[in-house]
Amino acid sequence: MLLAASHAASTSGADLANASAWAVYAVGAAISVLGAFGVVLLRNPVHCALSLVSTIFGIALLFIDESADFLAAVQIIVYGGAIVILFLFVIMLLGVDRREPRKQDKMRGLTPVAIVVSLVALISLLVLTQVRYWATGAKASTETLNGPGENVQKLGQSIFTAYLLPFEMTGALLVIAVVAAVVLVRRGAQSPPETQRKTAARPPASQESHRPGTPVR
Amino acid sequence: MNAAYAIVALPLLGFIVNLVFGRRLGEPAAGWVGTAAAGGSFIASIVVWVTMLGKPAADRVTDLNIFTWIPVAGLHANAGLQMDPLSITMALFVTGVSTAIHMYSVGYMHGDPGFDRFFVYLNLFLFSMIVLILADNFLFSFLGWEGVGFCSYGLVGFWFQREVAAVAAKKAFVTNRVGDLGFLLAMFLMFDHFSSFNYSAVLGTLVKGHATGLLTGTPGAIDGTTATAITLLLFLGAIGKSAQIPLYIWLPDAMEGPTPISALIHAATMVTAGVYLMARVAPMLHYAHATSWVVACTGAGTAFLAATIACAQDDIKKALAYSTVSQLGYMFLAIGAGDYVDGIFHMLTHAFFKALLFLAAGAVIHAMANRQDMKQMGGLAKYLPLTAFTFAIGWLAISGIPPLAGFWSKDAILASAWGMNKVLWAIGLVTAGLTAYYMSRQFALVFTGQARWKEARPAEVHASAGSAHGPADHVPSEEGTGPGLPAADHVEGDPRDPTWTMAVPLVLLAAAAVLGGGINFPAWHLNFLSHFLSPIFPAGSAPVVSTGTKWALSILTTAVALTGLGLGLTTWRTAAHPKLEPNFLRRAWYFDDIVAATVSGPLRAMANALAFVMDTKVVDGAVNGVATSLGASGRVLRKLQNGYIRSYALGIGVGLVVVLVYLTFRTGS
Amino acid sequence: MTVPGPWYLVLAAVLFSVGATGLLVRRNILVMYMCIELMLNSVNLTFVTFSRMLNDLGGQDAVFFVLVVAAAEVVVGLGIIVAIYRRRSGATADDISSLKG
Repeated sequence: MLLAASHAASTSGADLANASAWAVYAVGAAISVLGAFGVVLLRNPVHCALSLVSTIFGIALLFIDESADFLAAVQIIVYGGAIVILFLFVIMLLGVDRREPRKQDKMRGLTPVAIVVSLVALISLLVLTQVRYWATGAKASTETLNGPGENVQKLGQSIFTAYLLPFEMTGALLVIAVVAAVVLVRRGAQSPPETQRKTAARPPASQESHRPGTPVR
Repeated sequence: MNAAYAIVALPLLGFIVNLVFGRRLGEPAAGWVGTAAAGGSFIASIVVWVTMLGKPAADRVTDLNIFTWIPVAGLHANAGLQMDPLSITMALFVTGVSTAIHMYSVGYMHGDPGFDRFFVYLNLFLFSMIVLILADNFLFSFLGWEGVGFCSYGLVGFWFQREVAAVAAKKAFVTNRVGDLGFLLAMFLMFDHFSSFNYSAVLGTLVKGHATGLLTGTPGAIDGTTATAITLLLFLGAIGKSAQIPLYIWLPDAMEGPTPISALIHAATMVTAGVYLMARVAPMLHYAHATSWVVACTGAGTAFLAATIACAQDDIKKALAYSTVSQLGYMFLAIGAGDYVDGIFHMLTHAFFKALLFLAAGAVIHAMANRQDMKQMGGLAKYLPLTAFTFAIGWLAISGIPPLAGFWSKDAILASAWGMNKVLWAIGLVTAGLTAYYMSRQFALVFTGQARWKEARPAEVHASAGSAHGPADHVPSEEGTGPGLPAADHVEGDPRDPTWTMAVPLVLLAAAAVLGGGINFPAWHLNFLSHFLSPIFPAGSAPVVSTGTKWALSILTTAVALTGLGLGLTTWRTAAHPKLEPNFLRRAWYFDDIVAATVSGPLRAMANALAFVMDTKVVDGAVNGVATSLGASGRVLRKLQNGYIRSYALGIGVGLVVVLVYLTFRTGS
Repeated sequence: MTVPGPWYLVLAAVLFSVGATGLLVRRNILVMYMCIELMLNSVNLTFVTFSRMLNDLGGQDAVFFVLVVAAAEVVVGLGIIVAIYRRRSGATADDISSLKG
């Protein structure tokens, strides 16, 4: 498809742009889909995480294709740079990098059912896109996509004026999430922390074991 | 009309006072409270009656509303009283006889541990009876109807420790209930056609309409079929309450109750409620010819049947019970013939002499230490002169010997029967003869001849002495009814006449039985009752019989009565004539046994089927089945919650698919 | 001239269903969580596509917020997972079934 596109594009610039758009789409789609299948099918969770990164990159590519520049950048930074890293941390922390034994599946019949359900959902979604059209023409924000100004500028303007309240709420949400995470993973205290009295009452370390120059423990 | 309220209120007040304070008041104060309440009610009735006499004949109907009882839309029933000549006549004799019997009971129930309870029931009965009589609509009257049925149950089973009494009380109540079905159905029909239960609504249109002789075509009138249906159903109720064929079986068994009860309820008042009901619907009955025939035939048949049975009874009270059934048949014969006034007249005179007979019988029972078998009495006239004299007056009155009260009323009925149908008249005539015969038999067995009780006395006197204040030992007699339970005061020594509380009512009632004929003397414009009551009843309803025919019939009837009287007296001076008492008469034509065999067997089977099959398996099964199925479905549905995240996620996925499919396929936006 | 919108929608639908299948089929809790992230990404793609198709910036605003919330959600979710799975190694999603009825 690439060769045919480029061959046809040699005649006019518009054709070239057309072909390149299709090429970008194709690449992005391929990376995303392959990554998705990788997440689902690979055995090792670390491999799955890396496939997820691939999908994220593909989606970012498609965002750029759709002139959502800011979002593409943010997608890579937040998803690929933070979320997947978190996933990897937890994988390493919990030691779940082993394979899932297939024989211990308690719901063996679930797999075909799940595939069927997903296929039906997919097909009906696809049918819906062609059969129904529900756009009402109402505008969500005051900006249009194709108007004057940069994407970032326009996005910033709409967020800080029209969507200010959600913005502040998400800020609060982030703080809460951080606090929640800390609280959740804290181990219960096995013993109450040492008071100063106890520390002072402890016998000092013996002279032989104390090396000069090092602080007294 | 304040006195009218007193008629109703005083017995209710007496009931409440005795209910709350009876135990404390004790004997005999509780009894005098009850008697005072009844007496006050009687005086109030007289006041109302005199006031009514002062008004012109067309103006005598008054309607008093005590309170609105059921104010539901479409069904409006008041607790109201209707004062008209018929109701005040009934009120007068009910309260009058009641007062006499209350006084009598003070003496009769002396020493009984349930003395106060007795008077509670008596006053409640009187209140219910007055509500029945004076109500201005059928629903309120039905309240009284049921009330008297309940009091009858409570009083027949007064000595409930005796199983026979308890069974008899149940029988009375249940048999009444069968009749009440008719009353209820009649009320439903009435409501369907008139949307009201008031007498003025149901009967008023007909009374006005009858002047034209038409039943249809006047607004609110009904057609003949409906009138027949309503009156027939009401007559079913009357059959139950007034012991006609086939629902008379409870009355002889109801003699298990104390004798004052037999006198009051089962002779003078409650059993006449049926007759009153039929008289009350006389305007409608006038047009329901089929029902009139049914009433008359039933009355005549019952009169004859009961008279035959009474000829073979040994128990003094049972004989009088069958006699009551027979005389009630006469009253219904009169009503069926259209002679409503004479039906009421006979009700009045019967109340006097039957109550008298029962009270005198009670005195005899008392004197005989609670024995009721006539074959073991005899020659008591010497020992109980007053009782014998009053009993004799009652005996002559019921036999229809002039100039006592029974002669006038019974002959008037027979004259009307002649006017209606000669066969019915013939049955009535024969029954009159039988009446005279069996009453003479009774008198002879009890008061004349050999004193048979003297031989049996020594053993039984000592046995009764030991059980003076509780359930007596059951002394087996041929009829199966043992002695009653009141304590006998004359255990040792010879039988004596009763005390003054029992004697005064006897004398009063005897006087009424003698003079009662004057109420409706058929000549010289002295027929007060006819004049008083005729505005209530449809004009020209009674059959017209010429005066000459009437005199001839009277002479014939008197001759028949005298024959029966003589026969009875002479035959029964000695006690043993088994051929005159065949078994089928003793056993009341085996009617009870037939009912037991045909009805109780299948009924019992049906009850068993319903109780043990349908109730336990079907009904309980359904209810338990609901619970079990819920549990089972719960056990099945529980598997949805298996705790696995993936299956829950699958559930969400399935839901998503459902929504998507629905969105895809629905039409419209 | 870019690729017409429905192509992107189809892609997003495919990604979504792949993510849903993965969620149901895999038993490793972290991989299941990654599939959830996959589904979120497909939704983001849909939003941006519609923003382009309807010439409305609102879609991109939505994606912005979805991204933030998804990040917060991952943090908390992983915290919970750590809290539950700390003690048992090699645990799968099927082992946490104590809430069964």
